[in-house]
Amino acid sequence: MSHTHSLLWDTLMIGAIVLWATAGDVLIASALRKIGDLDRIRAVSGIPGAALAVLSSPRFAFGVVCMALSFFSLLFALSHGDLTLIGPAAASLTFVTNAVAAKFFLGENVDRRRWLAAVFVCIGVALLAH
Amino acid sequence: MSHSKLTASQLLNLAVVTVTASLGDTLLARGMKSLGPVSIHHLGELLHAILTPWVGAGIVVLIGFFASYLTALSWADLTYVLPATSIGYVIMALLGHFWLHEYVSAWRWLGIVFITAGVGFVARGPSYTETASPAEEVEEVPQA
Repeated sequence: MSHTHSLLWDTLMIGAIVLWATAGDVLIASALRKIGDLDRIRAVSGIPGAALAVLSSPRFAFGVVCMALSFFSLLFALSHGDLTLIGPAAASLTFVTNAVAAKFFLGENVDRRRWLAAVFVCIGVALLAH
Repeated sequence: MSHSKLTASQLLNLAVVTVTASLGDTLLARGMKSLGPVSIHHLGELLHAILTPWVGAGIVVLIGFFASYLTALSWADLTYVLPATSIGYVIMALLGHFWLHEYVSAWRWLGIVFITAGVGFVARGPSYTETASPAEEVEEVPQA
């Protein structure tokens, strides 16, 4: 496999992991925000009640499907690429894409402090690959 | 409006998210490396991978991660939980250096500084953004 082909292949695999992971995180966070504090629900209805609250949410189900696709994308990528590239690259990019998605889709208050946190962690995770 | 004070059990929950995420990924990586490359024409082999000990153990740990992650997302923002739990990368690097005596390059030490700073930024801020009509009870979500 040529260097260019390999780079394109790695980029596609990382892109797939990041895309599905971000969609899954946002859908699941959105579902949990709608459901409410699970600790409070568990205190009232027990673990079965909390599990029912989560599992009966269609948005949560869609999120899990996206997370599963991200998981199998990761497994596929790990079997081909280098863990020291795939892992940190996918993880670091997901911090930034999640911050963008959380601001626009979840309405989270992503202030300067959180942008800095996302970017610093993104850079830090990328540096760990060296 | 936002609030930032987390209880001891909520902090413990974030710690569980941190540890299980790192451990689960490590177990998966160990398992997939022992299996070798999976052909794009034989993606069914990925299902077979689930039944192997290392990948299976990784999945069990990641189920624990998922449960604690969901709990955290029910009382904290996504943009708070993700950076706050990224300290796991630092813990893994430090364990590798001091316990396994692995070489940690200057780049990696710099990466640890960046991650620690990022965690510090977000940990000092509010943990949750209140919406106009926060849900107080269990209910069906009307649409995806």
